[in-house]
Amino acid sequence: MKYMFLLYDNEDAWDTMEDAKKNEIFGAYMAYTDALRKSDAYIDGAPLPHSREAKRIRASGVQDGPFADGKEQLGGYYMIEAKNLDDALEWAARCPCASIGHVEVRPVWNIGD
Amino acid sequence: MSDARAIAEETARASYGRLLAWLSSRSRDVAAAEDALSDAFKAALETWPEKGAPASPEAWLLTAARRKLIDRARRAKTQHQNVPALALAAEEAEAAMRQDKPFPDERLKLLFICAHPAIDAGVRTPLMLQTVIGLDAARIASAFLVSPRAMSGRLVRAKRKIKVAGIPFDTAGHQDLAPRLPAVLEAIYAAFGAGWNEEIGAEADRLDLTGEAIYLARLLTELLPDEAEGWGLLSLMQHAEARKGARREGGKYIPLSDHNTALWDKDMIAHGEAALATAWRLGDPGPYQLEAAIQSAHATARLHGRDVADDIAALYERLTEIAPTIGAYVGYAGALASAGRADDGFDLLQTLEPARVENYQAYWAVRAHILNELDRKKEARAAYERAIGLAHDEATRNFLMERKNELAIRPAGDS
Repeated sequence: MKYMFLLYDNEDAWDTMEDAKKNEIFGAYMAYTDALRKSDAYIDGAPLPHSREAKRIRASGVQDGPFADGKEQLGGYYMIEAKNLDDALEWAARCPCASIGHVEVRPVWNIGD
Repeated sequence: MSDARAIAEETARASYGRLLAWLSSRSRDVAAAEDALSDAFKAALETWPEKGAPASPEAWLLTAARRKLIDRARRAKTQHQNVPALALAAEEAEAAMRQDKPFPDERLKLLFICAHPAIDAGVRTPLMLQTVIGLDAARIASAFLVSPRAMSGRLVRAKRKIKVAGIPFDTAGHQDLAPRLPAVLEAIYAAFGAGWNEEIGAEADRLDLTGEAIYLARLLTELLPDEAEGWGLLSLMQHAEARKGARREGGKYIPLSDHNTALWDKDMIAHGEAALATAWRLGDPGPYQLEAAIQSAHATARLHGRDVADDIAALYERLTEIAPTIGAYVGYAGALASAGRADDGFDLLQTLEPARVENYQAYWAVRAHILNELDRKKEARAAYERAIGLAHDEATRNFLMERKNELAIRPAGDS
């Protein structure tokens, strides 16, 4: 089954973070992505730019900015292949974001095949 | 008002498992006993703030829960046969409490129920945590990394099975219990493990799971004093518990070799040593005793400055013979490296089936360490990477990253 991990963290913290700490976190993400690949669980994944870069569009038109004022914003995602939800949760717990912010785990519907 | 609530909460924390064990061993229906007890706690929260908390909160809760259970049993016609037993049981308990005796602890009965062969192995520990310790399904789910809904479903099914299959609540015949002992030990150790990991994400009001697990193991050694493995497990957990205060410093992971031993609980170590000595005297070695002996050797090495690397390697070797788990092999490989036999350790790792170690973080960490010892820096770095990617908590991840970075600072060999 496919699962989507939505990674939420405090994106403003990134703006003021020291480079050493940033490198540490990047390193953790690289190692995590690599472990996913080596276990054939990795499908896709990427970080997202700050939510100030986001646009939203509705029937009324286009607006700037993030959707919510919550402390943690969507900052990245992974798409993985896992046997079942327990397996997916195990992977999500290893994601560096689980220590920093939180990871939302969503099963992905297979449409069309 | 808040006083009465505090007393209710305190009673829930301290006595939930014992009240539930008492009620369910009489009603033979864990789920019904849980519902009745939860109604009783609800009633306490409504009544106590107005009328004041009773002198014996446990007796009050038991009486209230007993009434709810009898009401339920009467409503469900099929349960009629249990009504007299329930009424009698509650009178018996209330009489015992009136005499100021400590409330009888029947949690071991529940423990053996939870580890019954009819109960799916994967749900035994969660069931034990819920019924014996009173942990809620959501917390258990998070400790075992499954979704709360799935965990609730598993627990409900297990309790239905206890009732429908009529699993006996008697612990009178100890000879019947011995075959179930390994499952009980495994469940207690898993509870300890869940508590151990949870400590890292320290929250103020968490339950003392590791303490509860040690308490249950001690209870077990009282009920079955001739079972060496019960003493072995008790000793193993006491040794680990003794070092709890030294394994992190400001959120940073500290390996055993760097622990500040002033932070170790020496009384707890003494208890661990005593339990291990009792186990050995019974002359029936098993995996928990060997693991406890390994921890005991580590403690001796650090506290008395003795070189025990060869002893530890020998203990691990014995462990792989009687309990050939992947963890035992990885531990053995690490012990060989510490005893100056990194080559042998590496050869041992090479014999392990790749599919079994693919996602096993300890394997990659030990492999990285051994490759580093062998001066195969490039491969060591790749293994550290893998271990970092599989780490669950930040402290472990950062520790491994430091190790990996040390490789980069001191380039040697093929890097």
